[in-house]
Parts: sequence; structure tokens; C-alpha cells
Amino acid sequence: MRRVVVTGIGLVTPLGADVETTWANLLAGKSGIGPITRFDASDQKCQIAGEVKPADHEWGFDPNKRVDTKVQRQVDPFIVYGIDAAGQALEDAGLTEMDDATKERAGCSIGSGIGGLPGIELESVNLHERGPGRVSPHFVHGRLINLISGQVSIKYGLMGPNHAVVTACSTGAHSIGDAARMIRDDDADIMLAGGAEATICPIGIAGFAQARALNCSMNDRPTEASRPYDKDRDGFVMGEGAGVVVLEEYEHAKARGAKIYAEVVGYGLSGDAYHVTAPHPEGKGAEASMRMALKKAGLEATDIDYVNAHGTSTMADTIELAAVKRVLGDDLGGASMSSTKSAIGHLLGGAGAVESIFCILAIRDQIVPPTLNLHTPDDGTNGVDLVPLTAKKREVKAALNNSFGFGGTNASLVVKKVD
Amino acid sequence: MSDTADRVKKIVVEHLGVEEDKVTPDASFIDDLGADSLDIVELVMAFEEEFGVEIPDDAAEKINTVGDAIKFIDDNAG
Repeated sequence: MRRVVVTGIGLVTPLGADVETTWANLLAGKSGIGPITRFDASDQKCQIAGEVKPADHEWGFDPNKRVDTKVQRQVDPFIVYGIDAAGQALEDAGLTEMDDATKERAGCSIGSGIGGLPGIELESVNLHERGPGRVSPHFVHGRLINLISGQVSIKYGLMGPNHAVVTACSTGAHSIGDAARMIRDDDADIMLAGGAEATICPIGIAGFAQARALNCSMNDRPTEASRPYDKDRDGFVMGEGAGVVVLEEYEHAKARGAKIYAEVVGYGLSGDAYHVTAPHPEGKGAEASMRMALKKAGLEATDIDYVNAHGTSTMADTIELAAVKRVLGDDLGGASMSSTKSAIGHLLGGAGAVESIFCILAIRDQIVPPTLNLHTPDDGTNGVDLVPLTAKKREVKAALNNSFGFGGTNASLVVKKVD
Repeated sequence: MSDTADRVKKIVVEHLGVEEDKVTPDASFIDDLGADSLDIVELVMAFEEEFGVEIPDDAAEKINTVGDAIKFIDDNAG
């Protein structure tokens, strides 16, 4: 069977515009969450978010590095983040220059949960106030979810499968899992896979706040608001950014002497069949997804050393934890489990990809990132290492990422160190 | 250069992300400045906005160069 490995990674997050800055800030326990600066949020119930920082910030994002100014003007920010993260991943993998035969076997699977909401909001106002003749000719293709994959394929000449997953907050994990299968099924040798999101705009914040999903009670202390597993948690904090990996067929990577981060060994998917926003109260879908991923990986529960949890800082955290316990054991079989959403917020369609990259880095550096703000662990967390407050050095051979989305869609990925 | 030419040039540079010295009256939007058909729709909208002039579709189709745009605006702007 064709094996699939990760040979490049790219990140744009509230904690940095590249992989190493994000990872260093995450391990140092820094928070990327703050008051919303993108627009005047004074009339919003929720006034905080994990924004990707402007270029003049210590760890700010400069879109001019990898995205043409013309493209920047035409597309929503989620596409800009996605193109940049994909470029980083290709550079990291040493694949920015490929011959035609390689390009024909290289594709994209970069999705988003929501897509170009800020642009839809702005152009709707424009349409209403100034009429249809003033709507931008770039409105449609500048907002479509598959346009990260589209733009990236055009920029780098990638003629393999061009795919984009839309499964809400499971998008990033599904994107990587689906792309790994495309390589396994011999549709491609190389796939850029991941997810991006940028919905920190008035209607995005208002919509999630009205759905009672966001933390609206800690506007005065933004860095404390995302607190998975803590008794005082009160909803998620929206983040934004992108995560993209280069997946490559193992022999292909070996033949060109590529640096190999990890192998994608397991992928599980399931549906809750229960409710549009609430998870199944017993976490049945989450459990099924994890069990499938472990089975596909051919691993025992005790082989998992680190779980990057979905852990959004909502009541669902303990439902997920109970499901993880049923799969891995009451002490998680000795694994550590943390939610990095505590530091960067919830990147929605980008979350699963960004967090899978954290799993890959945990394997590379043999250290697991912390769960910030976990001062008073909720009931049911006894005997479980949730990596409170500070990063922890430990052996990490295999890691599991969980991502669950509205509509009751679940995805789990297992990545493993290549011996 | 006329005031119209300066303002047209500024819009073209901003929308197409091209070097200022390439935006000459003879420059073709598509052949010399890398625009596609959608870019031209966007440019026409920007000209309409900037100069308060309406550029109907049949007139827009005849605007191929920067000079064509300047001429149309000078002939039609109030």
C-alpha cells in the first residue's frame, strides 16, 4: 500500500505568520487573543477574537510576501492566508520548482468552513445601497471556498486533483485525510492539504454570538477567555488563519531525499446524526471517528502519546473528553491531551489543519503544547494530563487530532513518527 | 499629462498592480498590462466612480488602451 508522509508545513495564525514563530509562541504560553481591531465591535456581545496580526506587529503577517497585490484586492482574507500557508509548505518541502511531470501528479485539497463571509457582507451592503451595477466582478470567485485550491494551483502550476472540503470546523482534518487517500489511491504523488478561515467581521461575530457559541463574558480579559476544560469556560473565541501541509507518497519523498516530518497513518470520519450545533451528549460520533482512525492506523490505544483535542472551551469539552477516555482509557493510556484553541482561539475550517501541524511539531520536537487558562479543571478531568498552563517535554511517537463541526461532522487524524 | 490621465494612471496602477511607467497612453490593458476581461470590468467601474461618468457596455468594449479610456472620459465626463 502506498504510504503518505508530511514533507512540508505552513502556518498563518494569531500567534505568528509562519510555523516557527507560531510554535515558539505557543510553547511559551503566549496568547494570540485580544480585543477585535478589524472593525468597531462596540455594539457586539462578543468583542474579542484571535486575529492574525498586522504586518507591523512583532509576529504580524505581511500578505505581500507570497500573494500578488492584484489577487489580494480581489479575494477574501481566508484565501490570502491559504495561499501564503501553501507557499510556506511548498518552500519547506523544497517543491517550489517542479518539472511538468511532477506538477501533473501534484494537487490541492485546501478548504474552509465558511469561506468569504467578510466580502459577502460588504458586497451585500454595496448591492443594497448602490445597486447591482456596483457589485465587484470578482465577487464570486473571490469568496468561493475552493478558490484557495484554485489560486494555489494556478500560482504553482499544480495539475493534479483540485479539491476543497467544506465541513465546518472539521474541514482542516477532512482535507488532510481526503488528500492522504488521494495519494494512497494513486490519484497523485503530492497534495497540498489544509484549511483556512477568516470570518472576524460583524456578521460572523454576531452570527456565532447569536448561536450562543462564543464567549461573551470576558471581553475585559481576552487572553483568559478561551479556557478549555476549565469550570469557568463560557464559549469559544473565534480565531483566523490557515494551516497547509505537503503530503507526499513515501517512496517519492525518499527518492528525492525530502525531510520527512511524520506519516499520516489513520483517518476516521463519522456523523453524529443528532443536532445541528450540539454534539451528541454521549459523544458517540466522536468516539466512532477516533476508533476508526486508530483502527486504520493499526495502533493500540496506548500507542497514542498526544491528543490535540477539539476542545473549543464550550460545554462540549467534557463530552469529547469522556469519548477520548472510552477509546484510550481513563488515564488516556498515558497520553497527554491539550487544546491549543486556548492560545489561538477556534480557527473553524482552519482548526484541524493547524492543530494537525501542532501534532506533527510535537513529534518533531518531543514536546506537547499547553492548555492555557486551565486553573480549575472541570469534573471528569481527574487523572488526565491536560497539560495545564505550560508546555511539557515528553516522548511523542504518535499523535491524534480531533475536529468536530456543526451539522454533527467528525474527523480524527493520526500522525506517527517515521522510524 | 492631463489631470484625467494622472487619475486614470493611478487607478490602473492600483487595480492591476503594475509599474507606473508601464501605464502609457498606448499601453493595451490586456496585452501590455496583464489584465483579463474581469479586470477590465473592474477598471471601468472604477473609472465611472472616479469621474462620475457612465460607461455603457458597448463603449467599454472599445476601450482597449489607457489612451482609449482617457479619451472616453474626456469626451463624456460632465
